[in-house]
Amino acid sequence: MPDLAELWSPIRLTLILATVTTLVLLIVATPVAWWLARSGARWKEAVAAVVALPLVLPPTVLGFYLLILLGPDGPGGWIASLGGARSLAFTFTGLVIGSVVYSLPFVVQPIRNAFEAMGERPLEVAATLRAGPWDAFWSVAVPLARRGFLTGAMLGFAHTMGEFGVILMIGGNIPGETRVLSIAIYDYVETLRWTEAHLLAGGMVVFAFAVILAMLVLEKRVGRARP
Amino acid sequence: MRPTAHPLSTLAVFLLLLGAAPAALAGEVRVAVAANFTDAAKEIGTAFDAATDHTAVFSFASTGQLFTQIAGGAPFDVFLAADRARPQRAIDDGLADPDSRFTYAQGRLALYSREPGLVTGPDVLDRTDLGRLAIANPETAPYGAAAVQVLANLGKRERFDDHLVRGANIAQTFQFVATGNARLGFVAASQIAGHEDGSRWMVPDQLHTPIAQDAVLLKAAADQSAARAFLAFLKGPQAAEVLDKYGYAPGG
Repeated sequence: MPDLAELWSPIRLTLILATVTTLVLLIVATPVAWWLARSGARWKEAVAAVVALPLVLPPTVLGFYLLILLGPDGPGGWIASLGGARSLAFTFTGLVIGSVVYSLPFVVQPIRNAFEAMGERPLEVAATLRAGPWDAFWSVAVPLARRGFLTGAMLGFAHTMGEFGVILMIGGNIPGETRVLSIAIYDYVETLRWTEAHLLAGGMVVFAFAVILAMLVLEKRVGRARP
Repeated sequence: MRPTAHPLSTLAVFLLLLGAAPAALAGEVRVAVAANFTDAAKEIGTAFDAATDHTAVFSFASTGQLFTQIAGGAPFDVFLAADRARPQRAIDDGLADPDSRFTYAQGRLALYSREPGLVTGPDVLDRTDLGRLAIANPETAPYGAAAVQVLANLGKRERFDDHLVRGANIAQTFQFVATGNARLGFVAASQIAGHEDGSRWMVPDQLHTPIAQDAVLLKAAADQSAARAFLAFLKGPQAAEVLDKYGYAPGG
């Protein structure tokens, strides 16, 4: 019988990582998506391309650069030194940074699409009703774009749950801190502990299916309720 | 009626050509190599290619990873492990030729930091400003298992229990130390044999069970003669020179 506490630790860690990452992603992605949707700047598609890079780059490229940037030769090492450490690699914070970069396009794109689909009109109406830009953003734009936020949040969460390559390179496999689900599965397969591997891998399949199904169903519902 | 080539016959010719391809590549030996032996294997491979009409192609990973791949049917001809257990298991599982097994090298472990002057001996492990110590995953990498034994024998195991980072193999462990993300780590002596920078302590052999590295011929080997030629070359004087250069003791 597999040790359930040992199995639970990476599941718990991965859920926390995905939750924190999703929250940070929503905070980071929203202004980026807003700017991309509304700006007239000619080079905005270049910014959009930079945001989308993790879609195309192999995780090893991100992992390699992160390993250097998070370490004593990069800004991460400087930030870490404020807390008395030498590197942000091998830390939960490091994983959040890596995951945010890695999943950014999955959150920015749906929100940007939603902002663009909304058009200028609702904000113009809000302005004539003397709503300030900040007020109009929160009470008009965000509710209208809720479908984009929902899709972005779910994709960001699910993508972080399944992240592997970047974490393999910057995590260092520390139980309870950086040993996430995908790394635990990798270890179990490599050490021929297939019962544990099956339990976790099977769980991931069910989880991924549930997320995608929930997203499809919710998108329809939210879409239908749209005024 | 004009005879036209049936589409299927074109396909048949194509498949025949595909089937012939391996024959054209005859003399290639695909070697699964434990990560610690990477540099030495490349050098032995160059000498092997020059000395015979065969070519050696290498794949590098931890011994545990390679064994899993071999058990899964990976197309390797020769397995150069970093321990004796996995080649034995390959034999037990009917994947390898029992008569072909031999110890090609004895590995050595080193405690290494890229900071000059930091590592002068095992005493460095008493320092409290080390942060995390890098080792290879003890469950898949024999050098990681040896590192854990060294820590235990030095009475430092508990102290580092919560202060370890584990590389997926010894190559990644070295990379953690080389990038400075880990200040200190147990690496393979072969990885630092080629240069003098940083600081190091060569771990005495008696602090861990010997890292006897076994080689074995896999039954799936497509070209048995090339594979056997490679194993013979590995036992020869040219390989012995490379082994010595990279800090390995000869196998027995």
